[in-house]
Amino acid sequence: MTAAPGLTGRLAEFVRALRAHGIPAGPGETADAAAALEVLGLDDRELVREGLAAALVRRGGQRSVFDATFDLYFPSGIGVPELARENAPQDRDELRDALAAALAQGDEPALDQLAGIAVEMLGQYGIGSGPGGGYSAHQTLDRLQPQTLIARVLAAMRAPADDFTDRLTRDEIRRRVEDFRGKVRTEARRRAAELRGRSRIAQHAVAPAADRVDFLLASRSQLAELRRTIQPLSRKLATRLAARRKRASRGQIDLRRTLRRSLSTGGVPLRPAYRHRRPGRPEIVLLCDLSGSVAGFANFTMLLVQALRDQFSKIRVFGFVDSTDEVTHLVDTGAADPEQLGARMLSEAAVVRWDGHSDYGGALAQFTSRWLDAIGPRTSVLILGDARTNGGDPNLDAVRAIRARARHVHWLNPERTALWGTGDSAALDYAELVEMHECRTAQQLGVLVTRLLPA
Amino acid sequence: MGTGFFTSVEDVSAQLAKVGYLASTPVATTVFLADRLGKPLLVEGPAGVGKTALATAVAEVTGSRLVRLQCYEGIDEARALYEWNHAKQLLRITAGRDETWDEARTDIFGEEFLLRRPLLTAISGTEPTVLLIDETDKADVEIEGLLLEVLGDFQVTVPELGTITATQQPFAVLTSNATRELSEALRRRCLFLHIDFPDEDLEREIVRLKVPGIEDALADSVVRVIAALRAMDLRKLPSVAETVDWARTLLELGAGTLDERVVRDSLGVVLKHQDDIAKAGAGLKLDQVLDAS
Repeated sequence: MTAAPGLTGRLAEFVRALRAHGIPAGPGETADAAAALEVLGLDDRELVREGLAAALVRRGGQRSVFDATFDLYFPSGIGVPELARENAPQDRDELRDALAAALAQGDEPALDQLAGIAVEMLGQYGIGSGPGGGYSAHQTLDRLQPQTLIARVLAAMRAPADDFTDRLTRDEIRRRVEDFRGKVRTEARRRAAELRGRSRIAQHAVAPAADRVDFLLASRSQLAELRRTIQPLSRKLATRLAARRKRASRGQIDLRRTLRRSLSTGGVPLRPAYRHRRPGRPEIVLLCDLSGSVAGFANFTMLLVQALRDQFSKIRVFGFVDSTDEVTHLVDTGAADPEQLGARMLSEAAVVRWDGHSDYGGALAQFTSRWLDAIGPRTSVLILGDARTNGGDPNLDAVRAIRARARHVHWLNPERTALWGTGDSAALDYAELVEMHECRTAQQLGVLVTRLLPA
Repeated sequence: MGTGFFTSVEDVSAQLAKVGYLASTPVATTVFLADRLGKPLLVEGPAGVGKTALATAVAEVTGSRLVRLQCYEGIDEARALYEWNHAKQLLRITAGRDETWDEARTDIFGEEFLLRRPLLTAISGTEPTVLLIDETDKADVEIEGLLLEVLGDFQVTVPELGTITATQQPFAVLTSNATRELSEALRRRCLFLHIDFPDEDLEREIVRLKVPGIEDALADSVVRVIAALRAMDLRKLPSVAETVDWARTLLELGAGTLDERVVRDSLGVVLKHQDDIAKAGAGLKLDQVLDAS
């Protein structure tokens, strides 16, 4: 290896940081990455980025994590960006003018520069007053307010003729502004890393890949990104379920049919006949807590199960906060507009009666009294919720009644196992009756769905 | 090591452009690396972004033979690697000349009776070869084990003949639509490339290249509408192939510019689901504008 020792060290550090974020790059991959650097040289940063990605990234969806970490370990520069040292905008208004011009033209290099300048000018806090200072993307964006420039950029771009594509312009600018926000975040991370050390920032400030985001902590945009993964994920799960069914159906020999078949070959059983099990498609009932914090998790799971609908003979979905109602029809039609699903369920179904705090006891009682016949001996019941009863009665008898009728009952809890049973959580009481699984991320959910559903 | 087709990343872009494949920087870089490091290239991405086209384009510019293995559920060793020609072997035995069994046995397991399937063909040739393993995710898990030996060391073991090692290493491309997770072992042996939808500039170039005679203004509008559609939450996002189809359709229809009516009438070329079309109509505000007029 002719790469400089400093570079190999940096590469090894970089790979370690990637591993911490769930990109399992082994020594083999690291060696490949080093070979890639040797072939490509270090002249062009984008080539280095793509080369390393080819060697280290192993699947789609890991790329955002890779890029964010790459920007920390192989930064585009050190300190204040080049342009900022001369003829740069001097105050916030000039900066906004320059930004509006750059956005109107879609000038990428200029936007990169402006992001750097913005962080330098508006993003500093507490520097010079000892440790604890740094650069904040949030503060930068808060002071710069790039989203308020949209109307101005629109006016600057508006072509005289009123073309059809004009109405797309606003969305395009919005996307550019969103890109610019991303640039500011990258820049703030880079500057912070110079102050605090790369590995620390890499550990805390790089957002995890979408399928590893904690449901309970996911932001709006992360949930939106998660929803985009539903279709591919459901396709993958369907293949996995189908493959398992196929495997399960071979093996046992059907003696009667083998003998009958052997008559055509003079009594020699040349082609054994196997006993096929009818591919029984399970019925599934979802019972979901729809209250504030866990709603994101419940909605995601509903949409996923809905996307898997051809794997089940029947799906029924019930939601509750302090009162239970069937929401199957809403999930059906809601597939067209998943973002509004949560809001529509709260407004169109009778799931909230009093104050919008979840009441497990009451909701379960209502379910067992009105819809217990939805559960039969072929039904798998999935209960989704954090089991936080707000101090109310957990109503364990209702869970027992459900368990007695259903084929399987599983409880998916979006909280960490360590938190079960703390505070007002009745998780441990429920866990004694039905199997409870920790299900914090889309990745865990995917694994659970294939494992739990009967073949 | 390596196939040595290209001299630099720019060279890859320039050469591929000559045969009508416009490569983005990630694509060109990874192809160059695969060429230099002699590793197979695993290409993933949505349908219709040019995964298979990449392999055929590389074969065309380098003047290589293209060997293609189309994977499907239930593909096995006999279809992928090699098979003995039983009928011919039987004929040879019945036509038996006066020789001992030992002689006959060595004879019927000779090259003459071997049916080469794509993997063996790619390995055993002496000319430069591009091996395309298409839709790897459709094949069963068992076949991956087979691929490991072939792609790891570029060799194949036939029990009766011994191990056949490639004299001329093929440029291997695997494509996958990610319907099934490929095994970790297979992934580690490959360089990974995720081809996503191209950015607007590149897509505009592609449209101009594939649809000669299209006006710049129309190409520009088409690409912008497609970009807007991709930003929506649709069941099936339009891919490059659909962009090109649409541009071609519009040219056939003689549309000089895009307006609501043209878009609404031809949206079916781009979107393949009814609820997608409805949603796109709402997103592009097609109805609203029509009502107003």
